[in-house]
Amino acid sequence: MKTGFRQSMAWLHTWSGLLAGWILFAVFLTGTASYFRPEITAWMRSEAYRAGPPTPSAQPMVDALARMAPGGFTLLLPDGRETLGNAYWRESGAGRRGFREAILDPATGELVAGRETRGGEFFFRLHFQLHYMSPLWGRWIVSFCAMMMLVAIISGIVTHKRIFADFFTFRPRKGQRSWIDAHAAVATLALPYHAMITFTGLVTLMLMLMPWGMQVAYPGDPRGFSNEVFGRAAAGRPSGRPAPLVPVDPLLAEASRIWGGAPAGRIAVSHPGDAAARVEVLRGPEGRLSNQRDAVIFDGVTGALIAREGMTSGAAATHGTMYGLHLGRFAGPVLRALFFLSALAGTAMVGTGLVLWAVKERQAAAKAGRIGFGLGLVEVLNLATIAGLPAAMAAFLCLNRLLPAGLAGRADWEVNGFFMVWGTLLLHAALRLGGRRGWVEQFALAGLLGLGLPVLNALTSPWHLGVTLPAGEWRLAGLDLIVAALGALLGGAAILLARRQDLPARKVRKMAHGAAPAVPPTMRHGQAAE
Amino acid sequence: MTVGVALRVRGINESGGRWRAVGIAVRVAAAVLGGYALATLSSVALAVTLPMARADAVLTGMMAGVAVHAASAIWVFAARSAARAWGGLLVAALPLAAMALLGQWQATGRILP
Repeated sequence: MKTGFRQSMAWLHTWSGLLAGWILFAVFLTGTASYFRPEITAWMRSEAYRAGPPTPSAQPMVDALARMAPGGFTLLLPDGRETLGNAYWRESGAGRRGFREAILDPATGELVAGRETRGGEFFFRLHFQLHYMSPLWGRWIVSFCAMMMLVAIISGIVTHKRIFADFFTFRPRKGQRSWIDAHAAVATLALPYHAMITFTGLVTLMLMLMPWGMQVAYPGDPRGFSNEVFGRAAAGRPSGRPAPLVPVDPLLAEASRIWGGAPAGRIAVSHPGDAAARVEVLRGPEGRLSNQRDAVIFDGVTGALIAREGMTSGAAATHGTMYGLHLGRFAGPVLRALFFLSALAGTAMVGTGLVLWAVKERQAAAKAGRIGFGLGLVEVLNLATIAGLPAAMAAFLCLNRLLPAGLAGRADWEVNGFFMVWGTLLLHAALRLGGRRGWVEQFALAGLLGLGLPVLNALTSPWHLGVTLPAGEWRLAGLDLIVAALGALLGGAAILLARRQDLPARKVRKMAHGAAPAVPPTMRHGQAAE
Repeated sequence: MTVGVALRVRGINESGGRWRAVGIAVRVAAAVLGGYALATLSSVALAVTLPMARADAVLTGMMAGVAVHAASAIWVFAARSAARAWGGLLVAALPLAAMALLGQWQATGRILP
C-alpha cells in the first residue's frame, strides 16, 4: 500500500508538473522579474528618472492632481524604490476600464514626460493574467496551473523520501541522474518558498476563484464583503459648496505617528476643493509582513481625524500576511535578493523537471528507435520556453531602447515585439527539433542580448553603468548588472553545450542499455530518487 | 456500462489497456471538477458556520478552500480505484453540504439563497 501510494504520487507529480510546466515556467520567471517591478519601470523610462532621496512633501503632486481630477484620486507616494508619484482616478470615457493614470514629478507636481512603456508592469501582469486574452481568462488559466503546481509540490515531497539527502546530492555528467539531482536540489533548496509562493498566489486570486462564500454570507449585498475588507465604500457625495483642501503633509505625518513611525504608502483624496472632501491615508508596505488595509481617514477641509479603518482580526491578518508574502514588498534589499534567488530556484525547478521528462523519454525512444509526437512536442516547447522566454524578455528590454520615442502605440509595440521574438524562437525550436543545436543557438542569443543590454543602454540612455555605478544609483545599475549576469550564465550554458556536442549521445546510449526494461517509465522517477 | 467498467479500473500504475486511460480520465475529472466543487462547498460551509465576524469567516473559508482543492486532488490519485476517489469526495461533501444548508437556514430562515 505504501509503495503503491508513492508510485501514484510519482505518476501525479510527473503529469501535473509536465502539463502545466510551460505556463508555470513563464509565470515563475516573469514573477521573479516582478520583484523588481519599480526598478524595471524606472530603467525603461530612465529619461524621467529622478536621482536622490524622495521629496519630503506630497503637496505639489496633490495640488496638481486636485486640478486634473476634481472628483478625487489615489496617489502612490514615492519611497526608497519608486522615485516618482503614480496616480490614478476614475473618469467616464477614459481608457483602461475607466481609469486614467498619471506619473508626476514629486518636486513640482508636473506630469513626467517619458517614453510610453508598460515597464515592469508588463512582466507583473503577464505572470498572473497572461496576455492577448481577457484578464479573467488569463487569471483562471494561471490559477489552474498554480493548483497543478501545488499538487506537484505535495506529490513531489511524497515521492522524494530522502529530502535532506537530496539537498546535498549532485552527481554531474550522469545524464538522467544528474537531471534528477539538479531537479531535487533546486526544489528542496527553497522548498518552503516554492510551497509558500504557490499557495499564496492562489490566495491572491481566491475571491475570483471561490466567490460563493461571500455571496452567501452577504445576501443581497454583493459589494458588502469587499467594502468591509478592502474599504471600497463610496466616498460620499460632494456638497457643492467650495472649500479649500487641507494641506496634506501634516496629515501624512499624523498617520505615520499613529502607525508608530511607519510611512504612508498612498493617499486617496475624494472631492478635493469641496466642503465634503475626505483624505484617506493608507499605510505602506514598510515594516510589516501583512498588506491588509490600515487607513487613517481625515476631514479634507479641517484636517480633523475621522477614523482609523481596517480589520484587525486574525483571519484578516492571516489573509493580509499571505498576500503580503506573495508580493514581498516589505522586503529590504537583502531579503529581496533572497526572494529573487529562491524564485530563480523555483524557475529552475520547473525547467529541470521539464527537461527531466524529455531526457527519460528520449532514452525510451532511443531504445525503441523512434521519437514519438509527444516527445517531439515536449522538446520543442521546452526549448522555446526555457531558453526562448529569457531571450524574449531580454529582447523586450532591448526594444525599449530601440523603438523610436514618438512611435504611435509604442508601449504596445514593445509587448508585440516581445511576443514576435518569442514566437520566432518557437518556430526555430520546431525547426531544430532533436538536436542540441537549437539549445546552443537560443541560449547564445539570450546570452548576447543579456550581455549586450548594458552596452545598448550606454549608447541610448544617460543613465548607463558608467554613470550609475560611480553615483551609487543601484536602482538603475541593478538591472544592467543582473541582466548581464543572467546573460553570462545563459551564454556560458551555450558554450558548455556546444563543447560537449558528442559526449551526451554516448551517455544516452549507455544509459539506455543500462535501464531495466521491466520498469515502466512512470516508475523510474521514484526509483531513481531512492 | 462504460462508466461502470471504468470505475472499477484500479491503480493508475497498473497496465489495463484503454480502460486505464478511461480510469485516468475519470480521476482527472474528479480532481479538477470534484475537487473544485468540494473546495467551494467548504468555503461556503465555513463562511456561514464559523463563529466569527462574517468577513473573517468568508476569508477563512476561501483560504481553506485552496487547501481543500489540493488535498482533494492528492486523495483522488492516491485512492485505490476511480470509484473510491469519487466516493471519498462525496463522503466529504455530505457534512459540508449539511453545514452550508444549516448555516444558510440559521442566517436567513430559508434553505435556498
